[in-house]
Amino acid sequence: MQTLLSGNLWEDYMSRCTKLVDVGRRQFLRGGSVAAAGLATAAVLPAAQAKAAPANAQVDYPSNRLANVADLTVNEPMDIEYPDADSPGALIKLGQAVEGGAGPDGDIVAFSTLCPHKGWLLAYNSADSTYNCPGHFSRFDVEAGGQQVWGHATQNLPQFTLRVDDKGDIFAEGASDLIFGRPSNVL
Amino acid sequence: MAYKRQIDRLPIPPKDATIHNVTCHYCIVGCGYKAYTWDRNKQGTLTDNAFGIDLSEQQGADGTWMAPSMYNVVKQNGKDVHLAVVPDHDCVVNSGLGSIRGARMAENRPSTVTGTQQQRLTDPMMWRYGVLQPTSWDDALDLVAQVTARVVTEGSEDDLVVSMFDHGGSAGGYENTWGTGKLYFESMKIKNCRIHNRPAYNSEVHSTRDMGVGELNYQYKDYELTDTIMIVGANPLETQTNLFLNHMVPGMRNGARVIFVEPRRTVSVNASEEVAGKDNVLHLQINTGTDMALFNAILTEIVAKGWVDKDFIANSTFQDGIAQAEDAGHPAALGSIEEAMKACTMSLDEAAGICGVDAADIAKAAAWIAEPKDGARRKCVTAYEKGIIWGNDNYRTIGALVNIALATGNVGREGGGVCRLGGHQEGYYRPSDAHVGRPATYVDQLLINGGGKIHHIWACDHYKTTLNASQFKRVHKKRSDMVKEAMDAAAGGTREDLINAIVDAVNKGGLFVVDVDIIDSQIGQNAHVVLAACESNEMNLTSMNGERRLRLSEKYMDPFGNSKPDCLIAAGIAQHMERVLNAMGKADYAAQFQGYDWMTEEDAFMDGYNKGNPEVTYERLRAMGNNGVLEPVVGFENGMLVGTERLYSNGEFGTGDKKARFCAAGWRGWQAEGKAEEQAKYKYWINNGRANIFWQSQFLDQDNDFIQDRFPFPFIEMNPADMADIGVGPGDLVEIHNANGATQAMVYPTATARRGETLMVFGSPAGSQGNVINPGVNELVLPDYKHTWADIRKISDAPATAKAISFKSKEYKSA
Repeated sequence: MQTLLSGNLWEDYMSRCTKLVDVGRRQFLRGGSVAAAGLATAAVLPAAQAKAAPANAQVDYPSNRLANVADLTVNEPMDIEYPDADSPGALIKLGQAVEGGAGPDGDIVAFSTLCPHKGWLLAYNSADSTYNCPGHFSRFDVEAGGQQVWGHATQNLPQFTLRVDDKGDIFAEGASDLIFGRPSNVL
Repeated sequence: MAYKRQIDRLPIPPKDATIHNVTCHYCIVGCGYKAYTWDRNKQGTLTDNAFGIDLSEQQGADGTWMAPSMYNVVKQNGKDVHLAVVPDHDCVVNSGLGSIRGARMAENRPSTVTGTQQQRLTDPMMWRYGVLQPTSWDDALDLVAQVTARVVTEGSEDDLVVSMFDHGGSAGGYENTWGTGKLYFESMKIKNCRIHNRPAYNSEVHSTRDMGVGELNYQYKDYELTDTIMIVGANPLETQTNLFLNHMVPGMRNGARVIFVEPRRTVSVNASEEVAGKDNVLHLQINTGTDMALFNAILTEIVAKGWVDKDFIANSTFQDGIAQAEDAGHPAALGSIEEAMKACTMSLDEAAGICGVDAADIAKAAAWIAEPKDGARRKCVTAYEKGIIWGNDNYRTIGALVNIALATGNVGREGGGVCRLGGHQEGYYRPSDAHVGRPATYVDQLLINGGGKIHHIWACDHYKTTLNASQFKRVHKKRSDMVKEAMDAAAGGTREDLINAIVDAVNKGGLFVVDVDIIDSQIGQNAHVVLAACESNEMNLTSMNGERRLRLSEKYMDPFGNSKPDCLIAAGIAQHMERVLNAMGKADYAAQFQGYDWMTEEDAFMDGYNKGNPEVTYERLRAMGNNGVLEPVVGFENGMLVGTERLYSNGEFGTGDKKARFCAAGWRGWQAEGKAEEQAKYKYWINNGRANIFWQSQFLDQDNDFIQDRFPFPFIEMNPADMADIGVGPGDLVEIHNANGATQAMVYPTATARRGETLMVFGSPAGSQGNVINPGVNELVLPDYKHTWADIRKISDAPATAKAISFKSKEYKSA
């Protein structure tokens, strides 16, 4: 399969990523394993510490602080990494309450931004609040729980479970669907 | 709220998992997958697994990944085993890509453990005590044979009407088309028969075949080697997804321009503009049904400019006037290019007026197709599908398109070809159908008019896939109810009483219905006997894709319950017919039903396909893997089957004299009866199409939560201004109604839809578009499903499930 984006375009897309939280910029490499180049902080647990006990029936997710409500601007996704540094995502304040939205206005959502079709990094279209795949044209509606509007993925966009504390700090503590490229959301 | 799978890890296939070759059983493209099965109590690890990769690392884009939809627990040799069905990176068709259909093959398997597809039939059923009751194969087949034998011997075989699939993949394939074909075309000579998606037993592309050009003549690689891709009445990103992504897109990246002939702006047009750039995509957004005028003007321009391939025409096409005159079986004359031009010549301006596009754009299309490039032939691949197959004047329109390819020498050569894109895979191998005749019987109309006494149905659902469906359903139900009432009245009596009651009812206008299917279909509600069939991978199945790529898709699980391959069901009917006819003292007729002693589907394959293609065996196909071999197979060398890259590469075509014919495709406006009047009378054109997300009639997807969550009702795409006109919002339910009938759909706002032009999903179980299509067909009984006009009115506000879904544009939008 020949891909649609050249390496340069990919870099260009990455350079347009907006705010990064808590940790340094990560460089996501296509076509191989993802290398984390930045410094890990306490908020993003190294993979080894996140490993679930094998006897448990379900995966134990880390509780990671992503941002504070005050850090968010409406309709400007903030780059996040959850449940670990190799899994890019986005935290978005939509400006209007949605089902499953967190925060005082019920409008904060977070999703994996790896396309659940073939793992391409999705690009946000702020005009209609969708994530779009430059690889194969799939698109997902963040105002409708990450529902695939049109595309090839066989699931909707994995949505991260959010908790907002009294100080407005936003924590991710789970995921609704399997994240592309891994047999377990917590590796 | 969107459907959440709530799955955060999956079992890992161990290194010693059994691997099976799988060809996706859905669309014609036939993507390669690998099925892994392993014992329930075993698993691989992150570092030691069947994929041979380190799963403790995040896999990169295009890497191997098993999505939850690719996993299930199924029965194999009576034991529950894990199943993973994952796209095959080494298959040249899809190179590891999965579609939204094929990548759900595993979860669309019936499983008593995970509870998927519990709608699948497990046992034969018979109408008893006022309901369909499960029963044994012997009981069900005996009644089918007893009634069928009585009726065809007291009357004739013409009293038996048969609807039977003719496709590959799914539950079709060479094994099952042979089983049914041998029963109905060899043991019997049934002429009142039809195919799964249309009301007669006919080709969808008679004209190109008559012209000597088989409709699948290229290989997919030609899209990567061409200068121009011309796509007519098709939407390949949705309906032949990985042909578009894995072959057309690379072609565009190699510099190919793209021409779309299509009244609707589709996601394929949008994606092509993204890849090739808008300047390299020409969308001829014609008035619906005017394709032939456009093709004739393009051909006229090519001839006028001298861009024809003179040597090819001289050497490979018929030279001497008319080879086949227009007659009842040929809706246009066929012959030399000069003869065809007498009928086809049309100016750019005249076509522009008919088609509603600029004359300059038609000229541009002609140049993109045929203007010599660097002094040599410009390569052009032409692909077409239902837009013209189920469109206006099928025979002449397809003929006019093939004319262009012939005039420019773009058949049988690298980067060329003029091919249908296809729906299902192909898998047709039957005895001669010559006795059916041409034109064939309009079977659905025959049934409406009271014809036929017995109806054998093989995986067809006329309720969803016929035209004039409102009337068809009313009559079919009424006639089958007569038999149900007779059977109810005979309850508690002897078998002979029951058979007498049924035969008496059918002689009074009733219809005895036998339905063979994998699920409880809508037309199956009228059945008196239901026979439970299985699908590919529950049996071994051979099929051919849209470039004639033949593969064996291997059995990896048991048929659900007591269900069976169609070929073995057909054999069962034949064996019971032989027994019953002998008991009736009709030994000669009974002898015609011998030769079905098949124990397996492979036996049926060897009895049919292998006899015509002795090189091809299961063992050899298994060795050819997911890349298979391109038909026709011409030999076996060095342990490999030898195939054919392109048809007609020697310049010899499929006619008696090996010369291709041009089609005298004279434009005549609306061909089918009643279309012009309907267009004048109603406000909205009710086009129909397929959606990426559903497979055909949604037979499995109607029981798939991910799919039904996205579209809880079938959609109708409407321009927002049209929505305002009738006072509806996104998700509202509307009724589409005209003199033919009525149906319903959920409104999906679509800014790119032209005013007055809507699109419904074809074949939906929850709103059959066929209800509103008039009975008009062409001379050879090809339905014009695409041309229906109706009015639209609101039924209700959006139900809660519809309110929750996204109504955003389906077009990819970059950031």
